[in-house]
Amino acid sequence: MSDALTMATRSLRLSVRSPDALLTALFLPVMLMVVFVYLFGGAVDIGTRYIDYVVPGVLLLCAVTGAGTTAVTVCQDMAAGIIDRFRSMDVPGTAVLAGHVTASLLRNIVSTVLVAAVAFGIGFRPHASAARFAAALGVLLLFVAAVSWLAAALGLLVSAPEAANGAMFFLMFFCYASSAFVPVATMPWWLRGFARNQPATPVTETIRGLLLRQPVGPHLWPALAWCGGILAVSVLLSMVLFRRRTA
Amino acid sequence: MSDELAIQADGLVKSYRDVRVLSGVDLQVPAGTVFALLGPNGAGKTTTVRILATLSVADGGRARVAGFDVVRERREVRRRISLTGQFAALDAAQTGEENLRMMGRLAGLSRAATRRRAAELLGQFELTAAGRRRVGSYSGGMRRRLDLAASLVGRPSVIFLDEPSTGLDLSSRQTMWQVIADLAGSGVTVFLTTQYLEEADRLADTIAVLDGGRLVAEGTAAQLKRRIGAQRLDLTCVTEAAWAEVARRCGERAVHLDRTTLTVGVPTGGHAAQVWALLDAADPDRTLIASFAVRGATLDDVFLTLTGHPKETADV
Repeated sequence: MSDALTMATRSLRLSVRSPDALLTALFLPVMLMVVFVYLFGGAVDIGTRYIDYVVPGVLLLCAVTGAGTTAVTVCQDMAAGIIDRFRSMDVPGTAVLAGHVTASLLRNIVSTVLVAAVAFGIGFRPHASAARFAAALGVLLLFVAAVSWLAAALGLLVSAPEAANGAMFFLMFFCYASSAFVPVATMPWWLRGFARNQPATPVTETIRGLLLRQPVGPHLWPALAWCGGILAVSVLLSMVLFRRRTA
Repeated sequence: MSDELAIQADGLVKSYRDVRVLSGVDLQVPAGTVFALLGPNGAGKTTTVRILATLSVADGGRARVAGFDVVRERREVRRRISLTGQFAALDAAQTGEENLRMMGRLAGLSRAATRRRAAELLGQFELTAAGRRRVGSYSGGMRRRLDLAASLVGRPSVIFLDEPSTGLDLSSRQTMWQVIADLAGSGVTVFLTTQYLEEADRLADTIAVLDGGRLVAEGTAAQLKRRIGAQRLDLTCVTEAAWAEVARRCGERAVHLDRTTLTVGVPTGGHAAQVWALLDAADPDRTLIASFAVRGATLDDVFLTLTGHPKETADV
């Protein structure tokens, strides 16, 4: 546990000190939101205010972008000699990875706050109680944790940081092909089945429902199940991959 | 096993896929000594270090380090060793001091003890002034020194150094050698690998020569030199054709062949009679050799004699 804390401090320090990656992780989601609201928003007619609709989706995309940094840093770590030093000091692989994931969570909290602040500034008006806000934040953080562990596993799986980055772009596709930015019903028929039944849709719908005081019933459990499942599988996969990479 | 051995390996065997990297390596390193594993690229030096430092598991054979089995008692071993690899195990974006403190915390020191130890090591390695700078701004030599300092935070009793001076310029290398010599004086056991014969000669109490996954010789530098004669006779020929003829006549005995300088080197005890005989054998008609010189044998000569091929050029 103490090792994990030391590793989290390290990862956090490293992410604060690579300003270009940090700025990308913080401002890309804000830029994307502005793009969606002002460029595409005018053309999207969904019956409610588009900004209220799209903010939960942007937060999800923000999580995936942020986790991309984790995939890259894990991958870089594995290529550097420092992992051998950690191992020869008997630092468990889970502590190293948990450090990266913790840093990812903290980075994401900052970028989420930033996105939310800008969203309020340009007219986002959720109408939820404090409890619902907290629940939405909880679901979002669970999603961030799941995606961050998945990113850690991807970082262990690929051998080059560029490939790690590419893999995360692939994950961003899940955000686009979901109800994050446009309703699934507006998609071509062959995409709808996929869009409805992949993790990004129930998670977006849950957060959206919580923030806009709509019923979340049908989406909450699938959202939690997806996040929990991805989290469990990714943690296990990371541990196996870490052992294999360092054998 | 004897209490006085810091490292003992019996019949280490390791393959990667179909490639046999180590084929039965035995090592004994007494506690408090400096041991050098000398060999060309691809000899299996790093593999040996990784097995001894618990990072790899041998396919066959056994090893004990600091009194514990490297597989069954891995955690005990890890508490007593440190490994400094060929590439600095440091975070470039952290300062020297932050890197050391991180290692201190991971080594289980308290926050206060960590701070003291970091300051102490920075002083010892002449990095106090650089301690607050990020490692990314360090020179290669400073990085190596910090890397070594980082490996000492937890006060290991056995220190593994994998090619500690590869890639360093001459002056950084000499600083590094001084640091390693000081370490050896402090009572820890140092196990280093190197491609530089001079390095092994300068630092090590015992040298083992590894080639193609096998130990081909072991002993002190002086013992190894004695195995092929204390001196080397360098014959400089008159023409390239003469050089080729002399090389042919010396055959297997030649430990040094250089076409550009037209020289052939042959080991000798150094007595006048031996030199005379060698000259006669190499050039019976006294037309091929322009001049000769007798000089002390280097470990390069030893290496060539033992492994049958010249030491590969180190990639600097």
